[in-house]
Amino acid sequence: MNAIKFLFAAYIAVWVIHVFYLGTLVRRFSRLRQQMKELGKK
Amino acid sequence: MKRLFPILSIVTAVLLAYALYQALVVAPADALQGDVYRIIYYHVPSAWTAFLLFFINFVASVQYLASANPSRKAAAKWIVIAVGVVGIIVCFLPQVQRQLTSAGMRPSAMATTVICIPAFYFLIGKWFPGQMLDVLAVTTAEVGVVFCTIVLVTGPIWARPVWGIWWAPGDIRLTSTLVLWLIYVSYLVLRRFSNSAQTQMLAAALAVFGALDVPLVYFSIWFFRTQHPQPVIGGGGSMDPRMLHVLLINWVAFLCFAFLVCWSRFRLELLHREVEDAHAMASLAGPGGAPAKPSLPLHRSAP
Repeated sequence: MNAIKFLFAAYIAVWVIHVFYLGTLVRRFSRLRQQMKELGKK
Repeated sequence: MKRLFPILSIVTAVLLAYALYQALVVAPADALQGDVYRIIYYHVPSAWTAFLLFFINFVASVQYLASANPSRKAAAKWIVIAVGVVGIIVCFLPQVQRQLTSAGMRPSAMATTVICIPAFYFLIGKWFPGQMLDVLAVTTAEVGVVFCTIVLVTGPIWARPVWGIWWAPGDIRLTSTLVLWLIYVSYLVLRRFSNSAQTQMLAAALAVFGALDVPLVYFSIWFFRTQHPQPVIGGGGSMDPRMLHVLLINWVAFLCFAFLVCWSRFRLELLHREVEDAHAMASLAGPGGAPAKPSLPLHRSAP
């Protein structure tokens, strides 16, 4: 039963890392799109 | 192209869900480790994916370094062809054939893999000309670091209940994997914080040296005594065919996922360079002036 905790911890850690990285990609995309918009207005 | 991304995303999500079901429900429990061994279905495919991405980064970096000079480009082309030819000949030498067979690998399969190296090199050069090689290199390095991080996180979580320790200090497989991760993190840090015109070349050179650590990581458990188990495929390791089947399903799912993430990261890098060029042109134009076209690539670092 104790070992199962490690199994779930590993699986959760994998998806937390992936979701965190995807979140950084989305954030960077929106920041660059915003900059493009601002440059277009100038 | 715009429709392809959502379709592939749905296919990948379904595949990942199916792979997870196979890993947690269908795959049989291990006789010694029980259910905790199921970490292998995320740990090993992540490692293989990271190695593949670092290999693509290596090829793109070599191509990028070679593309700076036509004679260097021609030399690199002939070196790659020579590597392919020599590799195939070596695979069929009687001594090597015996060693490969004893390691559970077929010489013909090995030779096919060797042929793929020059083929891959020329395909990358054809599909990603000029600066696109650099974009591909930074993309694969960053996504590779994410997958390598997963390997370094899931490994200790698996080691604790099985070995009784989180980390085996001095173990060559563990240490070389950590060094590999550090090399590619350094690569990303270099690209992020250096504003020199030589950054792309320096990063490509670092990537070439960094890639030399990948064979060391992979073959360390073949040639050295380590705490880490033997390889799943070849090298004296063995696995229940049902477990191997689930492992391969998970790898395919992770490859699809990595492809989508790389695609997004590639587009992000292109957008970043577009924004940098636009900023540079705006500053060259000055207030009310006509924008001048830059004669050199202005982008230098990743966002």
